[in-house]
Amino acid sequence: MQKDKAKRPAMSRLPGNKSSKFIPYLIPGVLGLAVIIIVPFLWNVCLSFTRWRGVGPMKFVGPKNWIRLMGDATFWKSFLNSFWIIVAIVVIPTILGLLISSVLTDVIQKKFGSKTASFIRALYYLPQLLPVAVAAIIMGWIFRPDDGAINALIAKFTSGPVAINWLGNPKLALPSLMFILIWIQLGYPIVIFMSGLQRVDPELYEAAGLDGANWWQKFRVVTLPSIMPELMVVILTATIGALKTFGPVYLLTKGGPGTTTIVPSYYSYNQFFQIHQVGYGAAISTSLTLVIIVFSVVFTIFQGRVEKNMDD
Amino acid sequence: MALILLIVGALIMLFPIIILTMNAFKTIGDYNATGPLSLPAHPTMSGIVGFWKMSDFPVKLGNSLLISLIVAVLGVVLSVLNSFALGIGKVKGNRWIILAIMLANMMPQEALLFPLYTMFKHIGLYNTQWAIVVIFTIIQSAYGTYLLSSVYGTFPEAILEAATLDGASRWETLLKVVLPISWSTISVLFVFFFVWTWNEYMIPMAFLMDDNVQTVPLALATLQGQHTMDATTLAAASLLSIIPTIIFFIIFQRKLNQGIVAGAVK
Repeated sequence: MQKDKAKRPAMSRLPGNKSSKFIPYLIPGVLGLAVIIIVPFLWNVCLSFTRWRGVGPMKFVGPKNWIRLMGDATFWKSFLNSFWIIVAIVVIPTILGLLISSVLTDVIQKKFGSKTASFIRALYYLPQLLPVAVAAIIMGWIFRPDDGAINALIAKFTSGPVAINWLGNPKLALPSLMFILIWIQLGYPIVIFMSGLQRVDPELYEAAGLDGANWWQKFRVVTLPSIMPELMVVILTATIGALKTFGPVYLLTKGGPGTTTIVPSYYSYNQFFQIHQVGYGAAISTSLTLVIIVFSVVFTIFQGRVEKNMDD
Repeated sequence: MALILLIVGALIMLFPIIILTMNAFKTIGDYNATGPLSLPAHPTMSGIVGFWKMSDFPVKLGNSLLISLIVAVLGVVLSVLNSFALGIGKVKGNRWIILAIMLANMMPQEALLFPLYTMFKHIGLYNTQWAIVVIFTIIQSAYGTYLLSSVYGTFPEAILEAATLDGASRWETLLKVVLPISWSTISVLFVFFFVWTWNEYMIPMAFLMDDNVQTVPLALATLQGQHTMDATTLAAASLLSIIPTIIFFIIFQRKLNQGIVAGAVK
């Protein structure tokens, strides 16, 4: 495809058609993109240099919001929490997903057939399918301090009533939130890895087995390199998703208690709609966008290197 | 051993849904007496019926369906038009345009939220379903364009040549040749756009103020926000809110799997 392009620049794949003749097809899409995404984003960047309450006069204040941001402990705390959210949405589900999907493909599918394997896969995938607001509310209900199911379950095994305030206790709120996010996320890597594993030639496993490789060695030498493309996609998309996390935090903890579970997305929303500091909220959301873009670019370069190394 | 762990894991995944279903049919008295872990002693539909009425559930369901359906249709149309120009037409600078579209898709919604909010207030679409339709049509079609233009980039050359020899115009080639062959990718996109739009939370919450325009997830969130809500009503409401999703899942399971995979293997 690349070579093709170099040979005949600006030539469409439809013979005899100039590529410029296709521009009309692009007009509605590009216009929509400009109005709904590009202009609002640039506007948001401009807002980050103003002081504005959402209504009334807007005042240009230069880089003041940005300077304040650099010294704002809550802002840094929100990105530190993003790190833990990444652990909950990327690291743990990816590792568990690798294990579960390889067991599903390797053991369950072979012994019990692909129907059983896809049924179990569906069980893991269910929370992914629920609207994130609904999933969060269900888990919030289960974690209720006074009459929730988790405390009732613990009370069954210990004696006496348990009233742990999972989401309201400063020490427990972040770990509880992370647990809920793992529950929501886990099905995604499993489904993607399982589809990748279907591609792996079973003879490779047999050959490795004949050479006396144990499970871990087979996993490292055969499985992991085979599903590298899927692994990369999961890590990239899940990390972006983790950085954008909003719904569960808004619905379960409102960033609290204190700032123990605050994330950038919720922090900017809070500035926009709850305390009406639009300029400052715009600075927070712009910085989040920059982090996402930088991460994606760095990751894509890294991904290119990994793929190149694997080709050699 | 691995099998046991796997099944335990699946049960942990399913535990919230099971416990939810059990408690959705309890009275609050029943719940207070026996706790959340036991089966309902006197099964009742009152929680579900209560939420159905209190939240005007049919209205919310109708809004969610309407919004998701229109977004899915328009999103697919835009994705196809864009991808035809970028993947098959190879419009000059197509790589840069696709890159820009990808960035647009990754953008956190809060970075667009306030300008969009101001914009839609000015043109009078704030607090209407149309605001949500317009916004998500564009956001979803960004993903669709990214995926579909790479599919069209590898569209069989011979078929395109044959269409030209038959004297088909570009528009005819799109409708009669390209569209029918890429129907399976398109239907995957359709299902995905529908489900994603159904599940959206932040922008609908910020844009849909009145009860009669809100969606299903918003109805549940509004209810949960009222702190006095008792455990069984909340369980019943949650159960009712996930039923449509489970129905889609059963209908579209194959398409959904294809879709998740399509995103990964591009």
